Amino acid sequence: MTEKNWPLWEVFIRTRNGLAHRHVGSVHAVDATMALQNARDVYTRRGEGLSVWVVPSNAITASDPADKDMMFEPTASKIYRHPTFYEVPDDVGHM
Amino acid sequence: MQPLFDYTLRLADNALVLGHRLSEWIGHAPVLEEELALGNMGLDLIGQARSLYAYAGEIEGKGRDEDALAYLRDAVSYRNILLVEQPNGDFAATMMRQLMYAAFAYPFTTALAKSKDATLAAVAAKAEKEMAYHVRHSAEWIIRLGDGTEESHARTQAAADELWPFVGEMFEVDGVERELIAAGIAADPVPLKAEWERTLTRVLDEATIARPRDGWMQTGGRAGRHTEHLGHLLADLQYLQRAHPGATW
Repeated sequence: MTEKNWPLWEVFIRTRNGLAHRHVGSVHAVDATMALQNARDVYTRRGEGLSVWVVPSNAITASDPADKDMMFEPTASKIYRHPTFYEVPDDVGHM
Repeated sequence: MQPLFDYTLRLADNALVLGHRLSEWIGHAPVLEEELALGNMGLDLIGQARSLYAYAGEIEGKGRDEDALAYLRDAVSYRNILLVEQPNGDFAATMMRQLMYAAFAYPFTTALAKSKDATLAAVAAKAEKEMAYHVRHSAEWIIRLGDGTEESHARTQAAADELWPFVGEMFEVDGVERELIAAGIAADPVPLKAEWERTLTRVLDEATIARPRDGWMQTGGRAGRHTEHLGHLLADLQYLQRAHPGATW
């Protein structure tokens, strides 16, 4: 038995045509083909998807949770960026 | 109706026995991902078996339902081919058995989906997609195991060699089937041999596994002559029903 773990892959599933792929979780697999199969077996058992993407987890560069304040806090005070001051006529529906 | 009953029972027994073999991996699979995959594939087969048993019970008309057919027959009454009752062995042996069966079952269900029997055609049409995936799953594994480490290669080659004598039975046609094939109800397995051969050759080549030579082929499962493994499998499968007859959830 090898002690080395299989690489981790992030799994994205599109539930319906027209929707974006959403992150649903991760799987271990030796390569992309097997990752796709594993993702299918682990995450589409209840008819969740029409399309699956797998991405090597180490290909993702993520923000550091410790930087949360610096990264995201400054937007909170700029309420003028949020388009909530306009009257939208009822007939327009969802914008 | 006897030939149609026999035929449906053969198909059902193949699916149930192999489905049970796959379910034996639950709790033992090498990784979580494979545990779910084996469970999924087992459920595909057990689902096929349920539909077929229900239909067989209808054809027979003696009040036997799917449970009675699955749980209350002894090994000699089982009509599955010998390949599907072979023990799981190591992971390579399970995947090799799965590849050998699925590479047959996929074109077979495609052919059976054109059956003049509406129920068999409907069950086959659903099974076709499931078996297509079983081919892909087991083929990818065999390629990686065969073309993997020295040990995985040796084990995969051993699995191919050990299971090869059981592949001949898939392509046998007897009196029961000849009649149903002529009537457009059963699928003729003989013309499917070439496609099976192509699939196996492609996968084994890529896996760097030597194709075993055709030699003496085991047979007898469909006549009720089974290997010693089926009795043990049924003892486990039927335990609850035998110990608590009629038990329900």
